[in-house]
Amino acid sequence: MEQYFEVKGTTLIVKLPAEIDHHNAEELRAGADRLLQRRLIRLVVFDFERTVFMDSSGIGMIMGRYKTMRFMGGNVIAVHVNERMQRIMKLSGICKLVDICEEIPEARQIT
Amino acid sequence: MQRNEMKLEFDSRSCNEGFARVAVAAFMTQLNPTLEEVADVKTAVSEAVTNSIIHAYEGAVRKIVIEARIEDELLTVAVKDTGKGIADVERAMEPMFTTKAECDRAGMGFAFMEAFMDSLAVESEPGRGTCVTMTKHITREQNKYERQ
Repeated sequence: MEQYFEVKGTTLIVKLPAEIDHHNAEELRAGADRLLQRRLIRLVVFDFERTVFMDSSGIGMIMGRYKTMRFMGGNVIAVHVNERMQRIMKLSGICKLVDICEEIPEARQIT
Repeated sequence: MQRNEMKLEFDSRSCNEGFARVAVAAFMTQLNPTLEEVADVKTAVSEAVTNSIIHAYEGAVRKIVIEARIEDELLTVAVKDTGKGIADVERAMEPMFTTKAECDRAGMGFAFMEAFMDSLAVESEPGRGTCVTMTKHITREQNKYERQ
């Protein structure tokens, strides 16, 4: 469970599993929300490095975290997104909200 | 004509979502699909099964049935439940429409099924259940060659 999450400064990195469906999206949601409540997080990075499958439950999970982060004045990005995941994100329209980046940006300091 | 059928019945537990999509993917391999075609079908099956678990049975453990059929190059997959049914199918199929926004549902389930399959039909009766039938044409040069 904890291996999904890493906090660097004010950045929360969510290392997504190989498959994201309704079954494990719930676990990711609960884990991410717990950290967002307890730590000062300005940027959430969804890392798709290991991910080969995602359905709309994954989209819902990302969208929910996006709403939370925007509400708190933070941002959400996605990295290491393969072609398939990009297609899913485009289709759902979530790529209009969440920027797709090549790499994880350097840990940000509180300014 | 190549024809093959399978039927699968399993509990509406979320841990079976992965099992269901992999089982259908394994069944369709005899059509010699591309990786993308397999991924498309897996996504669509995952959406339909998740709908039955979350919406039809609302977390209660009952049965979901998947029937898959191959006729030549056509794959047909039906996902059936005997749950609460959908009162307004047309509305349910609208992208972004969801009755469970508080559970982080994107409302994209049917939109994904439509996008990744060739056809989608939804039959539902409130109180009786829902049957989602999807088809996808799987064309491979090799298949054509073998039939000649």
